[in-house]
Amino acid sequence: MNAIQFGAIQFGAMLPIIVLSATIVVVMLGIAVRRCHRVTAALSMLGAALALVCVLPIWLGGTGPVVVTPLLTIDPQAGFYMLLVLAAVLGVLALCPAYFAGYAGDREEIYLLILLGGLGGLTLAGASHAATLFIGIELLSLPMVAGVAYVSHDRRALEGGVKYLALSAGASATLLFGLALIYAEIGRLDLGALAAALAGAGADTPLALTGGAMLLAGLAFKLSLAPFHQWTPDVYEAAPAPVAAYLATVVKVGVFAVVLRLLHAGGGTASPPFVNVLVVLALASILVGSVLALRQDNLKRLLAYSSIAHFGFLLILLVAPGANTTAVAAVYLLTYVITALGVFGAIALASSPAGERDRELLGDYRGLFQQRPWVVAALTLMLVSLAGIPVTAGFIGKFSVLVLGVAAGQWLLVGGLLVGSAIGLVYYLRVIGALYAAPLEGSAAPVATGTEVAARWSAGAVMVLIAVLLTLAIGVYPQPLLNLVNP
Amino acid sequence: MVLVWLILIPLLGALLAWLGGRWSSACAQGVALVAMLGSLALSLWLWRNGDYSLTGAGFTASLGVLPQWAFEFRADWIPSLGISFHLGLDGLSLLMVVLTNLLGAVAVCCGARDAGTRPGLFYFNLLWNLGSVIGVFLALDMFLFFFFWEMMLVPMYFLIARWGQDAPGGRRREAAALKFAVYTQSSGLLLLLAILALVFFHQQATGVLSFDYHDLLNTPLRRDVAWLVMLGFWIAFAVKMPVVPFHTWLADAHCCAPAAGSVDLAGLLLKTGAYGLLRFGIPYFPEVAHELAPVAMWLGVLGVVYGAVLAFAQTDLKRLVAYSGISHMGFVLIGLYAGTEQALQGVVVQMIAHGLSAAALFMLCGEIQARLQTRELGAMGGLWATMPALPPLLLFFALASLGLPGLGNFVGEFLILLGTFSVAPLVTVVAALGLVLAVAYALIMVQKTLHGAPHRVGTLTALDPPTLGLIAVLGLLLLGLGLYPQPVIELARPAVQAVRHLYAADGAALTTAVITTGAPQ
Repeated sequence: MNAIQFGAIQFGAMLPIIVLSATIVVVMLGIAVRRCHRVTAALSMLGAALALVCVLPIWLGGTGPVVVTPLLTIDPQAGFYMLLVLAAVLGVLALCPAYFAGYAGDREEIYLLILLGGLGGLTLAGASHAATLFIGIELLSLPMVAGVAYVSHDRRALEGGVKYLALSAGASATLLFGLALIYAEIGRLDLGALAAALAGAGADTPLALTGGAMLLAGLAFKLSLAPFHQWTPDVYEAAPAPVAAYLATVVKVGVFAVVLRLLHAGGGTASPPFVNVLVVLALASILVGSVLALRQDNLKRLLAYSSIAHFGFLLILLVAPGANTTAVAAVYLLTYVITALGVFGAIALASSPAGERDRELLGDYRGLFQQRPWVVAALTLMLVSLAGIPVTAGFIGKFSVLVLGVAAGQWLLVGGLLVGSAIGLVYYLRVIGALYAAPLEGSAAPVATGTEVAARWSAGAVMVLIAVLLTLAIGVYPQPLLNLVNP
Repeated sequence: MVLVWLILIPLLGALLAWLGGRWSSACAQGVALVAMLGSLALSLWLWRNGDYSLTGAGFTASLGVLPQWAFEFRADWIPSLGISFHLGLDGLSLLMVVLTNLLGAVAVCCGARDAGTRPGLFYFNLLWNLGSVIGVFLALDMFLFFFFWEMMLVPMYFLIARWGQDAPGGRRREAAALKFAVYTQSSGLLLLLAILALVFFHQQATGVLSFDYHDLLNTPLRRDVAWLVMLGFWIAFAVKMPVVPFHTWLADAHCCAPAAGSVDLAGLLLKTGAYGLLRFGIPYFPEVAHELAPVAMWLGVLGVVYGAVLAFAQTDLKRLVAYSGISHMGFVLIGLYAGTEQALQGVVVQMIAHGLSAAALFMLCGEIQARLQTRELGAMGGLWATMPALPPLLLFFALASLGLPGLGNFVGEFLILLGTFSVAPLVTVVAALGLVLAVAYALIMVQKTLHGAPHRVGTLTALDPPTLGLIAVLGLLLLGLGLYPQPVIELARPAVQAVRHLYAADGAALTTAVITTGAPQ
């Protein structure tokens, strides 16, 4: 075994993780010394931003992979996903101050939970060993059990938290068992060997095949791909809006980073049985997500289904081999994260846990345009972007995936994407229609009105504004983005 | 660069109108009107100062003749995917752009009644839509074309869903807007897929990844592949036109849209479909288009007859006009696939004439509805006695619609039928019957609205002078087009000839055409 080196290069590569860990400790101690919502929020965002700055040299430096320990390998791809995770964490953190401002319970721990989850995301982005993979996934999702149930006086939130805990634990167990089976077959646990085992799995390696299937099921659960999606709408509905934003962005980006390493090592694809499974997962996710979203009257549930469909689109990449795949995945995930943060951000800006529930039923949004025109305008743009209509970033993401799918001749999946987008437009337009409709007679919004003024110029509003500007900028002139992801 | 301004003026005007709406409705309308008039002036300046005798479209690349445009603009956009910001203007696009700006200004003028509580946003959506339509008429890069094609969708959805009206018979405006959006979007996605497939096969054949119109022309395609790719284009354009099996969104959208939206929809959006076929649908796949021609022409005939019959059966004035549009666009489809020079010239004239007459008719519908609070033909009657000025105008445009000689629609339909006869006599004969049906629906409209006993006593308020002036301008233009269509025909001739030669797959004739272009035949 090679001697473990730890010099300046390794330290530099580890810096984002170290900075974020230090932030967590500082925030924790700070809360222990004295509770102060604003200080906690500022410290958390500062720490996440610092970590983000530390990622930039890794991503842009292009110095090649740095093996920190057998557990972690930091390369530019890891750098990109770290960047995305941290940007998403920062976005989610920015939503919290205004959202939790009117909350009567303890407000500080949510920052701790989100930062912990972000650390999991960073770990996953750099994971090169089954151990880091597992630690990363657990770190990514476990804090959110508490996050989902954060507003603990709400029965629904508790129920959602317990549901997430139970199902998440089941998925983790499946994943772990899968890893063990593959280990039994090949006797190694580093990610490269696992990817090779998945690429070579066939009838003659039954353990790897079974293990791979279980691994895939565990990961599909975390990405909420159909048919492992049932928890998603319930949990999104129960979670406070910032936590739902976290689930829709940070968790998915982190897990997808590792999925890309497992199933798409070196531009190849997994072995044929797995590719077939992926095709089924993709089509099922697109159809289930789109069709079930049609019937939702709850915006958070609707977005949960829409995220299922969106990751169905993304799976096309894993089926289509090619050198461009990682670049396209980067483009798609980036546009998705910006849009998802924007849309949940707008919901968070319009809601507060001080009210009975988030502003989440479509009826709650009727007439909102009269009161909060800018929030509604931002929400409209984000929904249009989710629907993938030009002038928005969402179109560029969808377009890149389509180009790849057509070039790879994946006509079935491309057809699925088109059907999914066509159905998607229906439910997004339903929401948009509600935003501009006249309010229903005699309906009172469940949101405490006192907090709305506070939310007007908060960090969350700035974040949504940035998301809006980025969505438009990428939608109109995507070349800089494409340059960035194509090193 | 001047072409970019042609698109930018309405888009900037849209943003300014949005801001202007914060002060007053009149301010927003004024800004929007200034923008559209400025854009109109610019396009007329282009008409004056351009040389449109060049072969407009780049159909001659295979013969080593470079495509020529009167005005062209090209800038890098997404070079890594072979996408450029490529705009080009020839006589055909110029005509369409002038029509767009003109009807755009008209739509802005008649928006005051519908703009409601959010006038800024209303004009924003209207102008954003108009800017995208101009973009569609100028784009020479398929990605850019699709970009503008989809950009038209959301503003139109808003115009119908937010500023429209629920129609009688339980047709809600949100539902109508959604229907419009779903039809357009699903067919748009097919278009996107077809574009990508075309680009991909082009890359396979030549090794060049490009979305450019010039490059994609003459892409060698296997016959079965060409069929599939062409159908993607064709369905997208057919939905917009609309061709009969895909037409069901139109009447609902119209009867729920505000007057300005209807002017925009009938006058311009329908034309983008026909333009798309003329510019892309046929030139990309001339051989396969030939094989499709009989089917397409018979679908056109079906549209002519079925649209007319449906129009006749309507009890709602606006739906009647909407269905008459299906009938008129049926002629366009016939002419497109007949492919002779006269027929194609007829197509261009017909598009413009229908744009003008439909816009005027929808404006008149709006005026009538504002006075009677109904569009039911049964609740009208006797307007001739109770209202000054409007009845003769309605009669005029009804006559234009039925193809009265001397008005633009007659020239268009006549040229189409004349040009089609040599290719498909039977189609021509049956389509000509559609003209008789047009007489029926146009006259029943006149009879039920203007004649008979008035339903209510007392005179109605007269048209206000600006509206009267606008409608009169449209009428005069229609008359001008009917009496002296030569400038329009001359302007569109090179583009039309290029399509014709390509469609006829007649290489030798093409070379001579390039040499003798501009000389009237």
